[in-house]
Amino acid sequence: MSEQAHATTGTYLRIAAILVIITLIEVGVFYVPTFQPVLVPVLLVLSLVKFVLVVLFYMHLKFDSRLFAFLFSGPLLLAVCVMIGLLFLFFGAVRLRTGT
Amino acid sequence: MAYNTDTHAVAVAHGHATFMGVDNRKMAFWAFIGSECLLFGSLISTYLIYKGKSLVGPYPHDVLNIPFTSFSTFDLLMSSLAMVLALAAIQRGDLKQGKIWLFTTAFLGLVFLGGQVWEFSHFYHEGLGLTTNLFGSTFFVLTGTHGAHVTVGVIWLLTLWVQALRGKLGPEQAITVEITGLYWHFVDVVWIVIFTLVYLIQ
Repeated sequence: MSEQAHATTGTYLRIAAILVIITLIEVGVFYVPTFQPVLVPVLLVLSLVKFVLVVLFYMHLKFDSRLFAFLFSGPLLLAVCVMIGLLFLFFGAVRLRTGT
Repeated sequence: MAYNTDTHAVAVAHGHATFMGVDNRKMAFWAFIGSECLLFGSLISTYLIYKGKSLVGPYPHDVLNIPFTSFSTFDLLMSSLAMVLALAAIQRGDLKQGKIWLFTTAFLGLVFLGGQVWEFSHFYHEGLGLTTNLFGSTFFVLTGTHGAHVTVGVIWLLTLWVQALRGKLGPEQAITVEITGLYWHFVDVVWIVIFTLVYLIQ
């Protein structure tokens, strides 16, 4: 449960470089017509990688107490479930009404 | 390792330790960030539910400027880097570097806010207001709430910077900078999600 050492400056710089590269890939993928069929899953995965990197290294969750990880991931998971539930509720209702 | 052991010692000395061995201020702040996940989760859900349901324009592809928002995203990512560098400087007692990086973080936050003000006014001139259509309502509420969080973060950072200028921000106050950093990085991760779901997946 106890806190551990944070990342080094070198790690912070490497993470920043990775984040910038992923952002460039995201924007690149957006403009390349070839990627249109797989645009949504590719962008979601890239966004998730960026999210996880910032949370683990910049917010120090990788090095800090697991209690903090629980306090963050619990509500985050709940928010994602609510989001998925609402999307199913609304789009499922539309499909049922229209019969598509 | 040494810093965190010291932090815990300081937390104990000031009555901020918990029986779990963590600082109670940090624990409370993580709980707050958890609640913020639910707030932004509901706003993002609302945006997604009403996506593509506007009966009149302007529509997202008419107004959203990807190159400009990509720059804003880059700006916010760099501000997160500046924030961790500020924290690292304060932790090792390097007040000079700490001041520079704290100001850089606040400045990059201000640049982001300036971009958002420009974007909002540009959309308004394009005919998109808060009540124009469902896209306008959900977009402005979501990005506006995020912008309000950035504004609070910039004020918080500038307050710390002034404290640093007055020489009142040493390694003993590193936990304050760390908590500010947690808030700032959270604002950054929310933007990572908004950038993908609102701007790139149209």
